[in-house]
Amino acid sequence: MSTTASTKHTEAPAQPTTGAGKAADYLDQRTSIGVAVKEFARKVFPDHWSFMLGEIALFSFVVLLISGIFLTMFFQPSMALVEYHGEHPANMHGQLMSVAFASTLEMSFEVRGGLLMRQIHHWSALIFMAAIVVHMMRVFFTGAFRKPRELNWLVGCTLMILGLAAGFSGYSLPDDVLSGNGLRITDGVIKSIPVIGSFMSYMVFGGEFPGEHIVPRLFTIHILVVPGLLLALIALHLFLMVLHKHTQYPGGGRTNQNVVGYPLFPVYITKMTGNFFIVFGVLALMGATMAINNVWNYGPFDPSPVSAGAQPDWYMLFLEGALRLMPGQGTEWVILGYTLSLNVLIPAVVIPGILFTFLFVYPFVEAKVSGDQREHHVLDRPRNVPTRTALGVTFLTAFIILALAGSNDLIATHFDLSINTITWVFRILLFVGPVFAFWVTKRVCLGLQRKDRELVLHGHETGRIVRFANGEYIEVHRPLDEQERWLRVNYDAPVPLRLEPKTDARGVKRKGYAADRRWHRVSRFFFEDRVEPVTPAELAAAHSHGEHDALGAAEHPALEAGVGAGTAQEH
Amino acid sequence: MSENQNTPADASTEVTAHGTDHGELVHPERFTDPGVPEHRHRLTDTDPQANKRAERTVTLLFVLSILGTVGTLVAYVMVPPEGGTSGVRLSTLLLGLGLTVSLLGIGIAGIHWAKTLMGDHEMIQERHVTRSSDEARTGAVADLKEGAADSGIGRRGVLKGAVLSALALFPLTIAVPLIGSVGGDWKVSKFKHTLWEKGMRLAIDPSGRPIRAADVTVGSVFHVIPDVTEEYRESHEWITEKSKAVVLLVRLDPQDIKSEQGEGWSYDGIVAFSKICTHVGCPVALYEQQTHHLLCPCHQSTFDVADSAKVVFGPANRPLPQLPITVDDEGYLVAQDGFAEPVGPSYWERLK
Repeated sequence: MSTTASTKHTEAPAQPTTGAGKAADYLDQRTSIGVAVKEFARKVFPDHWSFMLGEIALFSFVVLLISGIFLTMFFQPSMALVEYHGEHPANMHGQLMSVAFASTLEMSFEVRGGLLMRQIHHWSALIFMAAIVVHMMRVFFTGAFRKPRELNWLVGCTLMILGLAAGFSGYSLPDDVLSGNGLRITDGVIKSIPVIGSFMSYMVFGGEFPGEHIVPRLFTIHILVVPGLLLALIALHLFLMVLHKHTQYPGGGRTNQNVVGYPLFPVYITKMTGNFFIVFGVLALMGATMAINNVWNYGPFDPSPVSAGAQPDWYMLFLEGALRLMPGQGTEWVILGYTLSLNVLIPAVVIPGILFTFLFVYPFVEAKVSGDQREHHVLDRPRNVPTRTALGVTFLTAFIILALAGSNDLIATHFDLSINTITWVFRILLFVGPVFAFWVTKRVCLGLQRKDRELVLHGHETGRIVRFANGEYIEVHRPLDEQERWLRVNYDAPVPLRLEPKTDARGVKRKGYAADRRWHRVSRFFFEDRVEPVTPAELAAAHSHGEHDALGAAEHPALEAGVGAGTAQEH
Repeated sequence: MSENQNTPADASTEVTAHGTDHGELVHPERFTDPGVPEHRHRLTDTDPQANKRAERTVTLLFVLSILGTVGTLVAYVMVPPEGGTSGVRLSTLLLGLGLTVSLLGIGIAGIHWAKTLMGDHEMIQERHVTRSSDEARTGAVADLKEGAADSGIGRRGVLKGAVLSALALFPLTIAVPLIGSVGGDWKVSKFKHTLWEKGMRLAIDPSGRPIRAADVTVGSVFHVIPDVTEEYRESHEWITEKSKAVVLLVRLDPQDIKSEQGEGWSYDGIVAFSKICTHVGCPVALYEQQTHHLLCPCHQSTFDVADSAKVVFGPANRPLPQLPITVDDEGYLVAQDGFAEPVGPSYWERLK
């Protein structure tokens, strides 16, 4: 199994003599742990910096659990009203506030390290979501969601949504003015849901907003329901990862039948543990030096005041931006006396619905339109799947535009611009930006693929100009070495599905032709434009164009050889 | 479903050649995998001194971590969070920096150790198809069939129905009481009612002092609540009622008023509108004197108070409901009546 001589693992001796040996023997006789150790100790994991992104998400979650347990020791999830008697902060002294808000102040000002833990917890939540999103981008753009990992992609998407739920429910717990207004917006969104909206609002708040139930309810969701689900699904996520063995980037010796990398013990155990402490350390540094959510500056919840420039946490910005961009005029309909608020439903329900639906169904759509049923363990270079990469960038662009729109008031005040103009610019950008991003990304991918072809066919430019006896000048090109070439030719360029004729051999109309034709169209959208990898025949042809045809000749000038020939188009 | 014409039958990564313009050439269809690149030695593999140096660095980093922990404990004892915000900040900073050094020391030491001193020879292990073998599948199906036959579920139809019904119904025992109480009294019609009623005085938020019409100068803005007892204002019920009842009052030059939602609903240029945005319910709190525009800071819905609070920009669709006002015998502003329509965001049965 191993190419190295450093396999040190041997069977436990029959008669253990050392303390560790005795302990291992005791344990193994009761758990047969030896089998698991034999299975996993030297399990190989491929190495790449981008495989660390998911780890960052996992470790920030662990930091969230550690700091969160600290916070639960002091937080009191009650909306009963009290007068604040704490000495600090001075501006809160004597104010009427909920017990939840008062306990947040107490844990910040009286518990040593309490404020540190609050700040670490909040920063960890932001980094947790950021790491999840970046990890998803890595998985998406490299095609790691393909068979057999589609289900694990779904688990991952669910984890992301749970992360949003965790962040949202936690943000609202201190019961300050900002989070209260956030809840109020949530209430407005819930009420806009047709037919059951009002009842949903009553269900969430236990009556009218804000009532006195929402903080304890969110607390249970935040510390029990969501983390419980997160833990269970993270376990499933990792179990499936181990079962499938990790994907690897393309390169020499990496195939769909093997896994090339370093052993779990000791290399990955050490690297992962090290990574955990670094993630924790960086989060501790952020918590120590960067103040976040100073609730005593906002004050306890009061339904009347609100300040401009209030932003939700970053992962909610896209929803906030969508709400801000939607024009209100004429988008609230009254049908048979019932009110349908499209000005709220579209941005708050339809837009995230489109985003999440895209994420959930994408692996299945791509499998369907490529007709590919093989297992994939070697990752794609994003350029080699131009349409997928372009679609990913399209959705990211829309997400970023919406997030920026969620900060349009800050943009207005910082750059001294009209808020109305900014809003209009974003309204237009939301439609134009993603389309433009799709087009640019696809062209960039195809361009990079052509550059790869060019390199494989003609080699690196060396900058050396040689003059022949007959006076001809050429620049010497150095052919790619085997590894360089393999990276650039080792990919598939699927062609669109072939559409079977409308009628069968006997002229009878075929069932399912209409559906086939629809899928055929989608398939063409995906694979119509493509750049085929260079074949040995093409390389040989490129070399024989000149008078020097030895493949390995170091100073062989590869001249023009129908560069565009590899770009196939099917119409 | 049509077939993809060039899906290779095997699951290899090797490249399939497609038809190209150079069809006349006969060559191998794909390049061959050159195999794992040659292993390159690190400095620590070849230079014993570098190796020793790396070991010392790792040790030093672990020691640094210990110092960080000690530093945290020292900061805990020596710098208690005293003197309000700045004291808490200092304590937080010192505890946090100690924690940071303690953690980063371990983390960087581990990574450096793994990168410089642990083996860096790439190993290759095989993968197997995820699908279980035909034999395992056949066995599984046979087991299931045997089990099903054992239970006799196939031929005991009534039993099957009873099992499914019992399982489907029992969650009701938990769901019904829960749903009965989770929404409080479930009276969603309360959305339509606020504390405002005929003769209720307008009071300043948060002091609760009633407002005399004479005290309102042209161009000034008042954040208004209904005049209720101080005791009531300290109850939880008040927060819920205040969430619906807050009002914004502005005095305009009577000539500037273009329209109102009702005849005579203003008093001498003083107009009062619900402060709860008709979009998703944020308090609409920013007033611009020159343009008579009210801006919601959450999503920038803009209302023109001189023109029945009509929406001039943003995601709101409806004007802010106007509170009809007048003055009482003592010159205090009072409500002529409650709001004519529900305040706040829209909901399905708002107009029912």
